[in-house]
Amino acid sequence: MGKTLFEKIWDTHIVVEKENSPSLIYIDRHLVHEVTSPQAFDGLRMNKRTVRRPDLTIATMDHNVPTNNRSLPILDQTSAVQIQTLEKNCKDFGIKLFDINSPNQGIVHVIGPQLGITLPGTTIVCGDSHTSTHGAFGALAFGIGTSEVEHVLASQTLWLEKPKPFEIRVEGKRKNPHAVTAKDIILSIIKNIGTSGGNGTVIEYTGDGICDLSMEQRMTICNMSIEAGARAGLIAPDEKTFEYLRGRKYTPKNYESLVDYWRENLKTDTDAKFEKRYTLQIDNIAPQVSWGTNPGMTCDVTESVPSPEEFSHGDQNQKKGAEKALEYMALKPGTQMTEIKIDRVFIGSCTNARLDDLIEASKVVKGKKISSHVKAMVVPGSQMVKRQAEELGLDKIFTDANFEWRDAGCSMCLGMNPDILSPGERCASTSNRNFEGRQGAGGRTHLVSPVMAAAAAIAGHFVDVRDMDLN
Amino acid sequence: MQSFKKIKTIITPLDKVNVDTDQIVPKQFLKLVQKSGFGKFLFFNWRYDDHEQLKPDFILNDPKYKNSKILVAGDNFGCGSSREHAVWALQDYGFSVIISTSFADIFYSNCFKNGILPIILDNNTVEKLQRETNEVEVDLQNQTIKTTSETIPFDIDLHKKKILLEGLDDIAQTFLYEKEISDFEKQSTVPSVL
Repeated sequence: MGKTLFEKIWDTHIVVEKENSPSLIYIDRHLVHEVTSPQAFDGLRMNKRTVRRPDLTIATMDHNVPTNNRSLPILDQTSAVQIQTLEKNCKDFGIKLFDINSPNQGIVHVIGPQLGITLPGTTIVCGDSHTSTHGAFGALAFGIGTSEVEHVLASQTLWLEKPKPFEIRVEGKRKNPHAVTAKDIILSIIKNIGTSGGNGTVIEYTGDGICDLSMEQRMTICNMSIEAGARAGLIAPDEKTFEYLRGRKYTPKNYESLVDYWRENLKTDTDAKFEKRYTLQIDNIAPQVSWGTNPGMTCDVTESVPSPEEFSHGDQNQKKGAEKALEYMALKPGTQMTEIKIDRVFIGSCTNARLDDLIEASKVVKGKKISSHVKAMVVPGSQMVKRQAEELGLDKIFTDANFEWRDAGCSMCLGMNPDILSPGERCASTSNRNFEGRQGAGGRTHLVSPVMAAAAAIAGHFVDVRDMDLN
Repeated sequence: MQSFKKIKTIITPLDKVNVDTDQIVPKQFLKLVQKSGFGKFLFFNWRYDDHEQLKPDFILNDPKYKNSKILVAGDNFGCGSSREHAVWALQDYGFSVIISTSFADIFYSNCFKNGILPIILDNNTVEKLQRETNEVEVDLQNQTIKTTSETIPFDIDLHKKKILLEGLDDIAQTFLYEKEISDFEKQSTVPSVL
């Protein structure tokens, strides 16, 4: 019987395999950041251990860095200590660090692909759940906890139980691909399969609806696999993948021979078996807006806020969850999504802060001003994205419209740095999680695409971006 | 890591589904660079009001549950961020066992690295345990939960069971396979990053 792409990558990385127990899997790339690594390095020191493969490990600071006034010292002492700790750990253990002043600093899941560190067919881990992003290149990439970070630093391996392969087919053609985006595809998938629909699986996204997407859009899809509960999400590499990685800073010297191998080997066999399957038709999908406190609580922009009964389809636990979500979000069932007023707009995060995202959002904003009661910011995914956007004049388009234009980092996606919502503030956000308090205690997050966020900034409330001229 | 012993306490019922790691420990506490002392931040936004006073209506603040080591919660516990701080907070607060119908994958694996036993049971049993007011005994060796009226069996992967019962150092165990890892590296064709 044939194998899925995931199984092929898994099989070629087995170091030790035993019946009915986890396998020891080799890790090709380890990405490290300041928040989930300090305790792991402490563990190494305590046990007098070293980093086995510093040459397969890179670090950056993204979660807890300021996105403005970077020439000034960091005011929050605890944050400053965390950042200095990463610097010291990288120095002591010989790890390459893209620090706050590096031209290559940025969100770890944005810089990996941009620098050619992410490669097809490899295993990639990071102490961050959105590591699934790198699956867009046909890599097996997943988030790990700090103890596992320590384990990988020490041994370059992990004990893992084999997840089950799950195929999600995306079929059809979007009528207006500038208005209905990759974000709307992945939110539609999560809305349908639920936030635990992918638990215990690795999703492979297939179908013409996926092939049509650019690499940056594919990263948006794979990024949110974790919001469906999946360990990882991946897409078989094709010519777009190989072209994207060609000639980047750390693309390997023998790249073309690697491509020949990948082209031949990195695909699911026609007779391979998936444990689970789901198909989404995208011909008629609408822009999505989340209304609740997890990414599955999402609806079309043309719809109204559902009642807990409508949402839960008879499941009492889901009904209770929806009641609590509506209370937290201060929304009444039946309210049209387009009537919901917003206070803040955040265009950023590892989900949606790449160059394409900013180009698309800028088309909505160009020549307009944001609504007088709205505060809006753009936080590019990396300093490289920032420079590229500035070369295209996008910074000017955004600042002319009264957006703030910031330096790269995770910023208000998780609000560890000073970029947070105040209690009660409502935000149209291009990030990935609308959990209670995620963007600031008491803050209310609505997940949307970059063009939907930009359109909401201008109007002051959600609008159907398909009604705007984006060409 | 300490080895896992039999636990006998009352249950803390947390009547919520999809409890994400942002709720278990909010982001402002992820700035710390140590592993200890996270218990006071557990469920911070649910436990404390704006003036950092305990909210009387949140279950953990009911003195009755003060010595409980068993948390029973709804579906998909621990979803979201990979932050192990969530497990450190639960452990430091005093929980040793978490029971739910399902756990998010990364959270589940983080539990075993910190001596916490996560148990998956069906929905009816979870609801029944949430109503249990007497002490219950969790026995990992025999894979049972004993209430005053019945003994409930549970499943667990044998390898994970061993790690908890013996309090094994994962990395030391892995180093026993040094030869296999070196052999793998010799035949690997994946280039270095730099």
